[in-house]
Amino acid sequence: MTIFVIRRVGLAAIILLIVAILLFSMMHLIPGDPTVVALGPRSTPEMREAFREMMGLDQPILKQLALYLGRLAEGNLGEDVWSRRPVLTIIFEVLPYTVTLALASFLWAVTLGIFLGCLAVVHHGRWPDWLIGLLSVGFVAVPSFVVALYSLLIFAVSLNWLPAIGAGAPGDIVGQLKALVLPSFAIGLGWVGYVARLVRAAMIEAMGENYTRTLRSFGVSERRIIYRYALRQALLAVLSVIAIGFGGLLTGSVFAEIVFSRPGLGKMTYDAVMSRNYPLVMGTVLVTSALYVTCMIIADVITAWIDPRVRSAL
Amino acid sequence: MVVMEINTGTSIRNPVEPGFLRRAGRVASQVFFTPLGGIGCTLVLLILVIALFAPALAPYSPTAINVKERLADPSLHHLLGTDQLGRDLLSRVMVGTQTAMMVAMSALSIALLAALPLGLIAGYGPRWLDACLILVFDSLSSLPMIMLGLAIVVLLGPGIPTVILVIVIYSVPSYARLVRTQTLSLKSRDFIKAEQAMNASTPRILFGHLLPNVIGPLLILACLDISTVITLEAGLSFLGLGVKPQVPSWGNILSDGFSVIRSTALPVIAGGVPLILATIGFTFFGEALRDALDPKLARERKP
Repeated sequence: MTIFVIRRVGLAAIILLIVAILLFSMMHLIPGDPTVVALGPRSTPEMREAFREMMGLDQPILKQLALYLGRLAEGNLGEDVWSRRPVLTIIFEVLPYTVTLALASFLWAVTLGIFLGCLAVVHHGRWPDWLIGLLSVGFVAVPSFVVALYSLLIFAVSLNWLPAIGAGAPGDIVGQLKALVLPSFAIGLGWVGYVARLVRAAMIEAMGENYTRTLRSFGVSERRIIYRYALRQALLAVLSVIAIGFGGLLTGSVFAEIVFSRPGLGKMTYDAVMSRNYPLVMGTVLVTSALYVTCMIIADVITAWIDPRVRSAL
Repeated sequence: MVVMEINTGTSIRNPVEPGFLRRAGRVASQVFFTPLGGIGCTLVLLILVIALFAPALAPYSPTAINVKERLADPSLHHLLGTDQLGRDLLSRVMVGTQTAMMVAMSALSIALLAALPLGLIAGYGPRWLDACLILVFDSLSSLPMIMLGLAIVVLLGPGIPTVILVIVIYSVPSYARLVRTQTLSLKSRDFIKAEQAMNASTPRILFGHLLPNVIGPLLILACLDISTVITLEAGLSFLGLGVKPQVPSWGNILSDGFSVIRSTALPVIAGGVPLILATIGFTFFGEALRDALDPKLARERKP
């Protein structure tokens, strides 16, 4: 198990290294002065000079890369070209908003998804099962930003039940929670469908196992078998998927944060893109990739912990 | 065991060849007569017809500005009303369908063309090359897609080519991986071994025998991906980072509609409904196709 974890972490480190090299070389692959490529034609000469100095653009290219990777190893992701503040500080300022949003979306996905999945199993083979199957594929397919726009339209603009913009005033817990409902629903809906399908499949599989037959022969009620034994099996499957999904949710927040004008990682990256702030974009892509890869490791470890056969696969 | 199989003469045949038309007919009926496939096929056909004949079907020019009739309600002249520049929404939605399909199809074709050789090389080539390629695919697919898209847009600027590039970078790794896995499992099959024993050239084995067997699952995967790709294009356009603002596309209609959402809901509904129908249609169609052709191709779409 330890060896398994070490190998996964090693692979993740290599992947991050490749991502860093990719981000660095993209700036040089595009023809033209790298400072103009990265900062846009409207950047001032002072900004370009500062960027040139920060990236060491006068040096030979391999040395630049080595210097860049060295700075990354020290945890220095560079400076915002406009405000000259460290990129890492800016990222950690907005990260809590996005993490809260992602956690709230999970709440939707887990509660609603497991509920729908159980409903489908209880009515297995009849119309509710069929309908939930269709709905959950639909939920997965619908783009999250359209869900965000429509829920904004219905619940914030027309019905005026929930706030349309912002994350709620600091200290106002109820306001903050209210502001969380719609964006997290928009991001979570796709996962609701996914979890529902997963739960349904895992439970139906568990219902066919020999131990379920034994339970039935002992006279245990079908309801008890479903909720007590099959659901437990399904929850383990959901657990590992959720760990992978967390990384995806962090980046899926871009649209919800923009539609609802919430502060957060996605909104910040978008603003950085609009103001041609490449160091900031580079930093966010790296940090989100790191989070993503970390979630993948956690998911793999959970899966390996549940199912020892996986450990030998890599 | 191997000798016996060669003697019976069944398993050394390339499995793609016999009864292709009959099988295709059976698959078509299997796809169409399931609830998933029925809805999917209908929606996909509708979208394809609109996309093909959009310029002829659209009642107005999708870019004709008419400030006098801005934000008009639906009427007989403008069935879906107009946007804030007085452009006919129905025409914009129709031509937007064409934009979406054009971007999706060209990006996926490029991705398939790039992924095929890469996957074949990884699966059939030397081990070290395989390891390198797999590492690159893994790193690319561990990049959060939308963030990568944003990083590319910063450097290249918005536009259709950038959108296509983002889609290609996103989809090549998963396609190439599939081709590689299929190639690896086919490589040890007897019909390939027989070719090798008969001293067939590597290109002949790759393109004459491996390619036809690999292309089916690959097309299913691409079909399942169309809705993701449409979403990506619309999403980038919605952010103002995709196709140029004046080009009619679902993302642009949504973005225009979002700015006037407090006065009228119509543009947002007009831009969003076709997008939802398209993503649902292609997903249903792709899933039904997969269930009919290759149920083992376990690739759950993740949101």
